Amino acid sequence: MGKFRFLEDVAIADVAFLAEGKTLEELFATCARATFEVMANTKKVEPKEVLKIELKHNELDKLLFDWLAELIYLKDAKEMFFGKFDLKIEKKNKYILSGQVFGEKIDYKKHKVKVDVKAVTLHLFEVKKLRNNWRAKVVLDI
Amino acid sequence: MQMKKIQEGVWEIPKTEKQGMRVPARIIASQQLVNEMDQGVFDQITNVACLPGIQMHALCMPDGHWGYGFPIGGVAVFDLDEGIISPGGIGFDINCGVRMMKTDLTYDEVKPKMKELMDALFRLVPAGIGSRGFVKLKVDKFKEVMVKGVDWCVENGYGWKEDAARTEENGRIPGANPDKVSSKAISRGVDQLGTLGSGNHYLEIQVAQTDSVYNQEIAKVFGLTKPNQVFVMVHCGSRGFGHQVATDYLRVFEDAIRKYKIQVNDRELACAPFNSPEGQNYYQGMACAANSAFANRQLIMHRIREGFSQVFHKDPQDMGMHLVYDVAHNIAKLEEHLIDGEKKKVVVHRKGATRSFPPGDPKVPEVYRSVGQPVIVGGSMETSSYVLVGAQKAMDLTFGSTMHGAGRTMSRREAKRKVRGTEIREKMEQRGIHVRAVSMSGLAEEAGIAYKNIQNVVDAVDRIGISRKVFELKPIGNIKG
Repeated sequence: MGKFRFLEDVAIADVAFLAEGKTLEELFATCARATFEVMANTKKVEPKEVLKIELKHNELDKLLFDWLAELIYLKDAKEMFFGKFDLKIEKKNKYILSGQVFGEKIDYKKHKVKVDVKAVTLHLFEVKKLRNNWRAKVVLDI
Repeated sequence: MQMKKIQEGVWEIPKTEKQGMRVPARIIASQQLVNEMDQGVFDQITNVACLPGIQMHALCMPDGHWGYGFPIGGVAVFDLDEGIISPGGIGFDINCGVRMMKTDLTYDEVKPKMKELMDALFRLVPAGIGSRGFVKLKVDKFKEVMVKGVDWCVENGYGWKEDAARTEENGRIPGANPDKVSSKAISRGVDQLGTLGSGNHYLEIQVAQTDSVYNQEIAKVFGLTKPNQVFVMVHCGSRGFGHQVATDYLRVFEDAIRKYKIQVNDRELACAPFNSPEGQNYYQGMACAANSAFANRQLIMHRIREGFSQVFHKDPQDMGMHLVYDVAHNIAKLEEHLIDGEKKKVVVHRKGATRSFPPGDPKVPEVYRSVGQPVIVGGSMETSSYVLVGAQKAMDLTFGSTMHGAGRTMSRREAKRKVRGTEIREKMEQRGIHVRAVSMSGLAEEAGIAYKNIQNVVDAVDRIGISRKVFELKPIGNIKG
């Protein structure tokens, strides 16, 4: 499982995080987990329902943007939190993400709800390949 | 950094500060507030000064702080032909704003019923993540809301005839085109009308402070007629619908900057020429979101009237529950301003900034035209809010703009480390402020210590003269998303 940490000296009214993963899949899943951790205690989110997601983009960072934007959209449209993310990213002529996200209907008490994420921003947004892993920086609008 | 004071309250960063700056950047603030601003503000406002077609100067208001793209508190105007429009100059929460209504009730009358009143309002106005409003609409009706804004609410029994005229732009920005918003934006927001949201959004019951009325005559015009009079303030925006419209167009504009060969220093400043198909589509979609935000605050006000009515067993009319005014503080609009001495129609971006039009301006509602528009400034939940009035100096210095709130100085995580939500609630309740919050963690993030001292900011804008203090309001009940 990848790691993430919140950054405190960036865009103070909002929330920024740095996430790392050994693979692209791990990076994307970690970014998703960090996003939902802003909104709730993700350990309390049970995988009761599953949704399929398929996305493609020419550019890898924009695929991450689309992935997080899709999850934020689903949070409102389906009134759900997600805590588990199984995905595969392939590079053909485009980057193709296919996967399943697991979660359940928002329950204020159970999920120890925190603060809403309105959107993923492109401020300081980056996806980088390091020597042994992948890293992303994300600023979320609160 | 080169920055010099060019007159009282106006600090200028020259074009030579950064490569690509087309105009200087100006910070409108007192010496103390400038000293307290984070570096992000200066970086971001000088980035704004690089955008094509920007007129005269990029501005940051005294409550400015580090945002994304524009700083919060950023104001910039662009030429209609040469200039751009940027979602990063408006924010994801399109037409986030503040609405204030008066009552004829006094604190003594409300105090014994506060618990009951707070429970009623907390029930009637859903708050927090994923909440659903009381209005169930089919897509075609939601599209009507996008076009008609407050008028739709009034036509459907969720308001009084006078309400639209007491809302900025009459609660209906022209040019809204529902064909320019995605089905995703619609499905995200269609159930959320009449909900407060989360973060720094709130519904607050407040008492006007008799010892802090700075202009009796204007206060009276704005509805303050007796000591300890009770007001209600609502801070929220266009909810998931607006957030999705902004997200959708950020993608479009990332491509547009390549297509139109526009250089930006921050990807959040992605933009398109205002008169390009992309720019026009966004403007029409943004207007849909803006009108739905006006409608959202109108529907919430309708529920507040109902809540008071249930608790006090009186008709809202008999309790004098009139809308004072509704202001947008995240928006782009077409306005006329003096550009290098000549009147010109421009696209004004205000991100975390309020319009502050002076007496006599035709855009100011008739009831307020002799004194200027009400400028409603929400404080943090532990501190006062203020009513100010628009002034000519704003037209001269800031394209008719002023502050919007206290301005954050501390990150959300730091606030949570310093104080717990339950502690804040206890402390506020000891001070006689009733609190209802869907999340204790969210409450801690919005602690008063995380914000600038609002009084310093209000005093600064009053001294600079871009808006004038009228009266102060203290919270007695706060509902937090």
